[in-house]
Amino acid sequence: MSALEIKNLNKVYPNKFVALKEVELNINKGDFFALLGPNGAGKSTTIGIICGLVNKTSGSVKIFDHDIDIDKRAAKACIGIVPQEINFSQFETPLDIVVNQGGYYGIKRSIALKRAEKYLKQLGLIEKSKEPARNLSGGMKRRLMIARALVHEPKMLILDEPTAGVDVELRRSMWDFLIDINKQGVTIMLTTHYLEEAEMLCKNIAIIDQGSIIENTSMKQLLSNLSKETFVLDLIKPIKVLPGLNGFTAILIDETTIEVEVARDKNINDLFKLFSSHNINVCSMRNKSNRLEKLFLDLLENNQVAK
Amino acid sequence: MLDQTTLIALYTIVRKEISRFTRIWIQTILPPTISMTLYFVIFGNLIGSRIGTMNGISYIDFIAPGIIMMSIINNSYANVVSSFFGAKFQHHIEEMLVAPIPNIVILIGFVSGGLARGFLVGAVVTVVALFFTDLKIHSFPITVAVVFMTATVFSLAGLINAIFARKFDDISIIPTFVLTPLIYLGGVFYSIDMLPEFWQTVSALNPILYMVNAFRYGMLGESDINISSAFLILVLFTVVLFSIALILLNKGTGIKH
Repeated sequence: MSALEIKNLNKVYPNKFVALKEVELNINKGDFFALLGPNGAGKSTTIGIICGLVNKTSGSVKIFDHDIDIDKRAAKACIGIVPQEINFSQFETPLDIVVNQGGYYGIKRSIALKRAEKYLKQLGLIEKSKEPARNLSGGMKRRLMIARALVHEPKMLILDEPTAGVDVELRRSMWDFLIDINKQGVTIMLTTHYLEEAEMLCKNIAIIDQGSIIENTSMKQLLSNLSKETFVLDLIKPIKVLPGLNGFTAILIDETTIEVEVARDKNINDLFKLFSSHNINVCSMRNKSNRLEKLFLDLLENNQVAK
Repeated sequence: MLDQTTLIALYTIVRKEISRFTRIWIQTILPPTISMTLYFVIFGNLIGSRIGTMNGISYIDFIAPGIIMMSIINNSYANVVSSFFGAKFQHHIEEMLVAPIPNIVILIGFVSGGLARGFLVGAVVTVVALFFTDLKIHSFPITVAVVFMTATVFSLAGLINAIFARKFDDISIIPTFVLTPLIYLGGVFYSIDMLPEFWQTVSALNPILYMVNAFRYGMLGESDINISSAFLILVLFTVVLFSIALILLNKGTGIKH
C-alpha cells in the first residue's frame, strides 16, 4: 500500500497562476522521502493540498488509500504536518498547544497530556512547556511544531523545511529524532533547501520545478547519475608546481590545496599512487560541493533549457 | 456525525475558546462591566430619575434589560470576530483545518465560545444591575431562550465578519458603523412608541429592536413588539447566518487558498 498517491494533480490560483501541472507522486509506506525544488516550485502547494489547507483544481490524492475527496477525515487522521511558517498561538503554552492538537484529532485529554509530555521531553522542550510559546527561540518553535504533529501518532509525517534557520547542532539532533521516528514505521516526507539534509536522510526523492515533477527516483539512483566528482585535497607540505597527474584534471588552488576532478570510471586509489610517486602527502580530502546539490542544479538547468 | 472523536474535538475548541477570553479577562470581562455600570449610574440613576416612567415602568427598570442585552450582543460578536480573525492572522486556524474536524464542529465550537462570553458578561452585568434596581424575571424560559438565540445570532455574524476580514480594520468596521447604531436605535434607551410613525416603521426593520424587546418582555412582561415575531426573526436570522457561515467554511473562503 502506498502512503501517498498523487495523480494528475493541478492547481491554478484565482490570479491564474499555475502552481501545479499534472503532478504524479507515489510514496511508499515507511519511506523517508524528499521533495526538493527551488522557491515557488510548488512544494508547499502540494503539501497544502495533501493536508487540506489548499483546494486543488483537479486530480486525486490518496493517503493510505483514503481519497481526500471521499474519505477526508480518515485521510487527515493519517498525517501529521510540520509547516514552513510558525502557525500556533504565541499566547498559549507549548503544553496546551500540543494537547489541544490531540483534542482536534479526537485524542482524550488524559492521553494527549501524556503524549504531549513525552514528545516535548524528547524534543527538549519540557522545561518550557508551561511558558507562553512566544518566549521560545526559533529552533524551539520548530521543535514544538514537530511535537504537535506527532501527538495523534500519525502514520505519515510531512515536514516543510523543518530545519530552516536552525543551527547546525540542533539540526543534527532533529535529524536523529526523525531517523528514529522513521525507524518506528512512520513514513516521512520532507522538503528542504539543505541538500545535504536530503542526501543524509532520504531514501527516495522527487524534484519539482515550475509546478512539474522533473525527477522521481531513489537517492542512490540519482547520485549514480553523477559523471564526475570534484574533490579538494589539503597537503601536508606546500608545493610550488603541480606535477602532471595522468588521467585526472587537477588545479593547484594555492601551495597547500589541490582541486581534482575524478570521473566515475576512475579509481581514486590511482590518484593517491600518483601523489605518492611525486612525494605529495595529503592530510585531508572533501567533496568540493554536495553531490546532490550538483545534480539538483543540473536538473533545474536542463529543465529551463528544455522549456 | 457526533462520534466520540468529534465530541472531543468540539470540547477542545470550546474549552480553548473559553480559556482564551477568561485568560484575558481584563480585556474581555472588565471593560463591559465598567461601561455598563456607567450606563446604570448616568442614564439610570442620574438622568433616569428625572425622566420618570417609560410605558409605566421606572426608567432604570426599563433600560436594564436593554443594557444587559447590549452587553450580550457586543460580547458574543466581539469574542468570535476577534478569536477567529486572530486564529486566521496567526495562522493557527490551520491547526483545526488539518485535523479531521468537520467544519460544522469548528463553527459550533467558535459560536459556543461567543455564547459563553455573552452569557458570562450578561450575568456580570445583571449582577451590576441588581445594585441599581430590583430585577424581576417575568418568564425565565423566554429570557434564557432570547439570550441564547441572540448570542448565537451575533456569534455567527462575528464569525462571518472574521471569515471575510483581511486586516484588523475589517473587524472593527461592522461593530462601529453597523452594530452600535443598530443597538442604540434598537429601543435600548427608549420605547419606539415615542417615535413618529415613519421612524417607528423604519425601526421595525432593525432586528435588534426585536431582540431587545423580547428580552425586556422576558424580564418585565412588557414589550413594544409582538413576541412571536421576535422569535420568528431570531430563528430566521439563526438559520440564515448559520447556513452562510457553514457554506463559507466549506468553501474555505478566507482560510484556504
